[in-house]
Amino acid sequence: MKKLLTAAVLSAALATPALADTTKVGFIYIGPVGDFGWTAGHDRARQELQDHFGDAVETSIVENVDYGADAERVMTQMALSGTDMIFAASFGYGPDVNAVAGRFPDVAFQHATGYIQEHDNISLFDARFYEGRAVLGHIAGKMTETNTIGYIASYPIPAVVSGINSAYLHAKAVNPDVNFRIIWTYSWFDPALEADAAETLIEQGADVIMQHTDSTAAVRVAEDAGVMAFGQASDMVEFGPNAHLSAIVDRWAPYYISRVQALKDGTWEAQNSWMGFAEGIIEMAPWNDRIPAELQEEADGLIAAIAAGEYHPFTGPINRQDGTPWLADGEVADDGALATMDFFVEGITAEFPN
Amino acid sequence: MILGSINPAVLLAALMVAATPILLAAIGELVVEKAGVLNLGVEGMMIMGACVGFIVAVNTGSPIIGFFGAALGGVALSLLFALLTQALMTNQVASGLALTLFGLGLTALLGQRYVGITPPRTPKLDLGPLSDIPFLGRALFTHDIVVYLTIALVGAVWWFLKYSRAGMILRAVGENHDAAHALGYHVKRVRVLAIMFGGACAGLGGAYLSLIRVPQWTEGMTVGAGWIALALVVFASWRPWRAMAGAYLFGGVVVLQLNLQAAGVRIPVEYLSMSPYLITILVLVIISSGKGRSLNAPGSLNKPFHASS
Repeated sequence: MKKLLTAAVLSAALATPALADTTKVGFIYIGPVGDFGWTAGHDRARQELQDHFGDAVETSIVENVDYGADAERVMTQMALSGTDMIFAASFGYGPDVNAVAGRFPDVAFQHATGYIQEHDNISLFDARFYEGRAVLGHIAGKMTETNTIGYIASYPIPAVVSGINSAYLHAKAVNPDVNFRIIWTYSWFDPALEADAAETLIEQGADVIMQHTDSTAAVRVAEDAGVMAFGQASDMVEFGPNAHLSAIVDRWAPYYISRVQALKDGTWEAQNSWMGFAEGIIEMAPWNDRIPAELQEEADGLIAAIAAGEYHPFTGPINRQDGTPWLADGEVADDGALATMDFFVEGITAEFPN
Repeated sequence: MILGSINPAVLLAALMVAATPILLAAIGELVVEKAGVLNLGVEGMMIMGACVGFIVAVNTGSPIIGFFGAALGGVALSLLFALLTQALMTNQVASGLALTLFGLGLTALLGQRYVGITPPRTPKLDLGPLSDIPFLGRALFTHDIVVYLTIALVGAVWWFLKYSRAGMILRAVGENHDAAHALGYHVKRVRVLAIMFGGACAGLGGAYLSLIRVPQWTEGMTVGAGWIALALVVFASWRPWRAMAGAYLFGGVVVLQLNLQAAGVRIPVEYLSMSPYLITILVLVIISSGKGRSLNAPGSLNKPFHASS
């Protein structure tokens, strides 16, 4: 009898984890929290989440988790130890999140920048980085003197590709002679390789460096070489006070807090959220003083227009790289097309990687 | 011509810089393995050197003292490995892996307050008129002193192993530790010294990354360089000059692919970036399966030694 009672209490407790006083939230990161970029951005949000809820939330992190078996093991361990919600903060965790979510239907999964959603306990969330890239492209197009912009890209996934296209289109709009040189590193975090890539780009004439990789090495190299650069995911100004023009800064905290609150209220359900300037999920790091006041105003105006929904960075006419039309005049790209983008727009000379 | 934007002299110069950290670590590990010890903790000792070297350089304002600190940091970690494998007779493979994990974790903690700081500059060596020679000047004579010292170190290790008495003893210990013991050589002492040398070299390699190549401290910044150094040793069949050729080849592949990409040439980057790791895996499989003998591996590599046996 006693055993039965215990079992009943236990199952009741397991069935309604959201009612427990303390909500356990786990985070898995692809890089170290000290990368000063992408992972640091997520961890900043985690700390804000912790501060917001105080004792009502218990957060835990595991950093440097590789995609695949490693990620599955870590998330399984989290789920087994009573975690109520798991944030998987990288694109490549998709298959692992779905595998673990299937086995733990009572745990809420939040997958950043993913696209696979096989179970109804997985929410996907992403930021419209291409909105920020449009602003960077605009500034870069006006600031470059060599008309050559270097771009350090990680993997050819839609988020990165749409970022390159957005930056290019907006640089081109203000500077028809602009030329992009692109290096793929096939890594999110490799400071030495990113430093080499930045040096190579500068050597080949680039005077503005953009990056879609997570370390601060490129900003550092740009500072040493006396050229300009944009940070990534976090404000990287301290690594290059002169070089650092601005950065797209990720602010996941409002979203994290709303999701944990929903879980506590029992209203959490699977969603697919794609947020940008309007929701305050991305913002720009303070402009460097070397950006002329006039250009700063233009950039602020661009941000305001995007946030208000008056302007979409992918507004036609836009052709694909091979010259075939993609968007007609005035046509706006839909989210589906952006989330699966796998081609360069017309004008980019580099070939698209397979 | 699209390749016109690539300057071969700059390419060669960048290649030497890219190769230096892995070459330093590889030459140290080569000596360790020649003494019959397989230390898989190169990555851990490198990151330790990167972190300690950075901290020392920032606090003293001198990159040279920083490099000394890095070597000591590497040695400190390698002594832990020596204690485990030589005194406590633990498994070398497992201890080496543990050393890497330990190094990565410890440095994340030690380096916490040093993220975002700029290290003192390491000056380029002024070689006067040499660096004004067309092409060769830019390619070969515009580097910091560490690049040249590394090449000198390769030569010194080659000479040491081939011609010096101490080097022959070290090789004897590595080829057949029972015979070396019977001849009265101190197997463990030789091995501990070799392990320390390996630690110092790996530490220097790490510091080259954090003080010169990147230059900044970031957690986990070696990202696999130690594993590439390990593979390089086998790739070079335990011969110093071949290790240098391998390191330059590897550095060349990295630098060339970056240049080709920037110039807009379509190359299969994904395979190129994968290749060092594929070779590393293959090589580690070969060593641990015991087939290494045919590759000129030291006879007692990865075998425990106790004077009683």
